[in-house]
Amino acid sequence: MSYLVTDQIDVGALLALVQSPERGGVACFLGTVRNHHHGREVVRLEYSAYGPMAEAECGRIVAEAGSRWDVVVALRHRIGELDIGDTAVAIAAASAHRDEAFLACRYVIEEVKRRVPIWKREMYADGTAEWVGAGGEAGKRGSGEDGRQGSREAYRPVEVGARDSDGTRS
Amino acid sequence: MPPTAISTLTVRVLLFASYAETLGLDAIELTFDGGATVKDAIERLRALPGGERLPPKPLCAVNLSQVRMDTPLASGDELALLPPLAGG
Repeated sequence: MSYLVTDQIDVGALLALVQSPERGGVACFLGTVRNHHHGREVVRLEYSAYGPMAEAECGRIVAEAGSRWDVVVALRHRIGELDIGDTAVAIAAASAHRDEAFLACRYVIEEVKRRVPIWKREMYADGTAEWVGAGGEAGKRGSGEDGRQGSREAYRPVEVGARDSDGTRS
Repeated sequence: MPPTAISTLTVRVLLFASYAETLGLDAIELTFDGGATVKDAIERLRALPGGERLPPKPLCAVNLSQVRMDTPLASGDELALLPPLAGG
């Protein structure tokens, strides 16, 4: 199975990979191509990857989610030229209950952004193009979602087991 | 190999995205006399035309796993220089 794909991501097919009668909670995250970045109009973008390492890293992340929570996870990341609105990354996580599904889905997208060797070149309406995260935006580690740097730092994976012991989960 | 011979070490270096543009190439082989670390390879690359625009401590991977700058290289290793990641 390949985590990196060049064709459009079929979200329905991805959900079908994780759904089953015993897993009633299904969470899905889609990252789609935005038409603006730091106040500039984006018309198109191109993702490239260090393929073998990106595949290996995606596999490790999905396996980690599966060992932390009782979930089944599917992940796809698109490579190549994408148009505005296209799905760039899709994650589906299914579990018996919603908590694990949400937690696993969040964990996978955060780790993908942090660890998987994928790069994004944005083409702007003024005809210029730029590698996101390289130069110009000193200090930013390639965040594709402006304003999200802070929320990513604030993100802490939560263990469902810890909440169980508090009796906060029904 | 006679004990007096200096053993050489050859690694394949991969460059991506902005780093590939900076150096104008996406792969290069580096050969060292004796041992070398990731840092030694980076220094060699930074001496190439345009190489001064590479950061002194870029994110690096050897054989598909992220490594530190002091990681020793072995002959046949694939060293990849990874610009700031932007997936997702």
